Amino acid sequence: MIAYLTRRILFAGVLLLAVSLFTFLIFTVLPTDPAALTCGKACTPDRIEANRTRLGYDQPVTTQYVRFLKGIVGGRTYGEGQGEFTCGAPSLGYSFSQKDCVTSLIARTLPVTASIAFGGFALWIIFGIGLGMVSALKRGRWPDRLISVVSVVGLSFPTFFLALLLLFIFVIWTQILPFPSYVSPTEDFFGWCQALILPWLTITIISAPYYIRLTRFGMLETMNEDYVRLGIAKGLKRWTVLRKYVLRSALIPIVTVAGLDFGVTLGGAVFTESVFSLPGMGRLSIKAVSDSDLPVLVGTTLVAGTFIVVFNLLTDIFYGFVDPRVRIHK
Amino acid sequence: MTDVLPIDGIDGDSVVVASIESKSPKRLSWDRFKRDRFAIAGLGVVAFFLIIAIFAPLITKILGISPNALDRNSLNDYGLPNGRFGGISGKHWLGVEPGTGRDILARLIYGARLSLFVGLVATLITTSVGMMLGLVAGYLRGRVDTFLSRLSDLVMTFPSLILTIALVRPGTQRLEAMGVPEGNPARLTYLMLVTLFFGWVGFFRIVRGQTLALREREFVEAARSSGAGPGHIIFRQIAPNLWGPIIALASMSLPGYVAYEAALSFLGVGIISPTASWGIMLQDSVHYYRADPTYFFIPGATLFVLVMAFYLLSEGLRDALDPKNDRQQVA
Repeated sequence: MIAYLTRRILFAGVLLLAVSLFTFLIFTVLPTDPAALTCGKACTPDRIEANRTRLGYDQPVTTQYVRFLKGIVGGRTYGEGQGEFTCGAPSLGYSFSQKDCVTSLIARTLPVTASIAFGGFALWIIFGIGLGMVSALKRGRWPDRLISVVSVVGLSFPTFFLALLLLFIFVIWTQILPFPSYVSPTEDFFGWCQALILPWLTITIISAPYYIRLTRFGMLETMNEDYVRLGIAKGLKRWTVLRKYVLRSALIPIVTVAGLDFGVTLGGAVFTESVFSLPGMGRLSIKAVSDSDLPVLVGTTLVAGTFIVVFNLLTDIFYGFVDPRVRIHK
Repeated sequence: MTDVLPIDGIDGDSVVVASIESKSPKRLSWDRFKRDRFAIAGLGVVAFFLIIAIFAPLITKILGISPNALDRNSLNDYGLPNGRFGGISGKHWLGVEPGTGRDILARLIYGARLSLFVGLVATLITTSVGMMLGLVAGYLRGRVDTFLSRLSDLVMTFPSLILTIALVRPGTQRLEAMGVPEGNPARLTYLMLVTLFFGWVGFFRIVRGQTLALREREFVEAARSSGAGPGHIIFRQIAPNLWGPIIALASMSLPGYVAYEAALSFLGVGIISPTASWGIMLQDSVHYYRADPTYFFIPGATLFVLVMAFYLLSEGLRDALDPKNDRQQVA
C-alpha cells in the first residue's frame, strides 16, 4: 500500500509540474506580444516597453519559468523603485489591470466557487445516486420511466440556458428569491444559502442525470452477480444485500467520475457564476479575458489544473483502499 | 415452395412454417433502432434541422426574410418590437430582434447552420484523431503507447473550459498573424483546434482499450500468419469492429459541441456578431428579459430541442448498436 501511495503521489507531482510548465509555455509563446496585452488599446510604445521589463517578458522563456516557480515557492517582487510590488508566497503573478497580486485575487474568489461546488456536489450526488437506486429497483415500471424522462430533460439543458431560465423564473418574474449576492456562510448562513440555491439547483439538474444512469447501470449489473444471488439464498435481509453486496460494488466506479467532476467544478463554475453574477474564479477568468490579463489567466488555469490533479490523486488513493487489485496492477 | 416447408400437422393438415431468415448485424441493429420511438423522433428532428441548415439561403429567400436586413418599421419608438410576443406577425413568424428589427426566424435558421457545422466538424476531427491514435497505440503498444497514454493523462489534467476561454485572445491573434482571415474564421479555427486538443482523449482511451483486446483475438492472428502487414491488420481487421462504440460515443459528443458553441458565444468568447449564433441571440436577449421575453425563449427552446433530439438519437443508437441488447428490449 505504501509503495502504491508513493507512486501515485510522485506521479501527481510530475503531472503538476508538467501542467505548470505547459500552462506557462502556452501563455508565453502563443501571444504575439504579451507585453502589448498589458495595457489594452491605450498602450503607448513606452508603456509597453516598461511593462515588458517589469513583468520580465524581455527575458528568455526558461528564465521566466524559473522565476515563476521561484515566485510560487518564495514570493516575488515585480518592477523596481516607485512602481514596486511584492507578492508573498505562493505568488502566481501580478495583475496590472486589477493592480493586485494574482494569488490574493484567487484567494478572494475561491470561497465563492468552493461554496457553489460543495453545495452543488452534495445535491447532485444525493439526487443522482438516490434516483438511480430507485430507477434500478423499479426497473421498467413507472418510477423508472419518469426518472429517465426527467434525466433526458436535465441532460439536454445547456448550463447557461438553464441558469438564465431559473434566474428569470425565480428572481425576476415571480420574485420568490432576491437577486443572488454572495455573503460568507459564517456571517449569514441563511443569506449564503439563499444566494446559492439557484446555482446549486442548476448544477444539480445538469449533473445528476449522469449519476442516475451510472448508478442504475451499475446496480443492474451487480444485481445479476452470483454472490448477490448467494446473499439472497442465504436468507439475508433485502436491505442488507442491497447495502453490502450491491451498492458497495456498484458505487465504486461512480467515485472516479465524482472525483474528477468535483475537481473540475472547483476550478470555476464559469456559466453559473457569470449568469448569477457571483464573484468566483470562473468569473475572474472571464473578466481577465476581456481585460487581456494574462497573469490572472495563468493563475486561474494553474489553480484549476491543480484541483483536478489533487482530486484525481484522492480518487486513486480511495481506490487503493477499497480495491486491492489496483495496488498490484499499476 | 423454396422457402416454405410443408410439415404434417397432427390431424393431417399441413402447417406452413416460414424458413429462418438470416439477418446481418447491421440489419439487427436497424430493427432494434426502429422499435425505439424516442430515437426515431430524435432522428426526425435532427434531420429537420439539418435540412434547414443546408438550405438556409433558399428557405429564407422563399420566406422573403433575411438574417441581416434591418426592419425599423417593425419596432416602436423605444426600439421594441411592435405587437405582442416579440412582434410575431405574418411577415416575421417568430418576431423581430429588439433594437435592430432583424428577423428572428432567419437568424435562427442561419444559427442552426453554424451550430451544426461546428458540432459536425468538431465531432469528426476529434473522432478521427482519437481513433487513429488509439488504434496505433493499442496495436503497437510499447513506447508509442506509453507516450500517448501519458499525454492523454496530461491533457485530462487541464481545465478545458477555463483554458479555452483564457486562450481565446492570444490564440486568435496568433492565428491571424499566421494568415487566417481576421474575425470569425480565426475564431472558428481556434475553437476547432482547442476542441481537437481536448476532445481526442475520450475516443483515444476507448479505442486503445478495445484494440488491446482485439489484437489478441484469433482472426487477427490468422491475418498475421497469412502475411498481412500492420496497416492491413489495423484498418481492415481491427477497425471495423470498433464502429459500434465509436458511433455511439460520437453521437453522444455531438450535442455537447452544439451546446458548447452556443455557450462560448454567449460568454462572448465564441462567434462574433453580426454572424447569427444562438448563443449571441441569448446573450442579447438578456437585456430585454422584461420587455421582450419571447426573444429569450425562442432561441433557448430551439437549442434545447436540438440538443435533446441528439441525445434521444444517440441513446437509441447506443442501444441498437450493442449486440447484448438482442435478447430483450427494455423500454
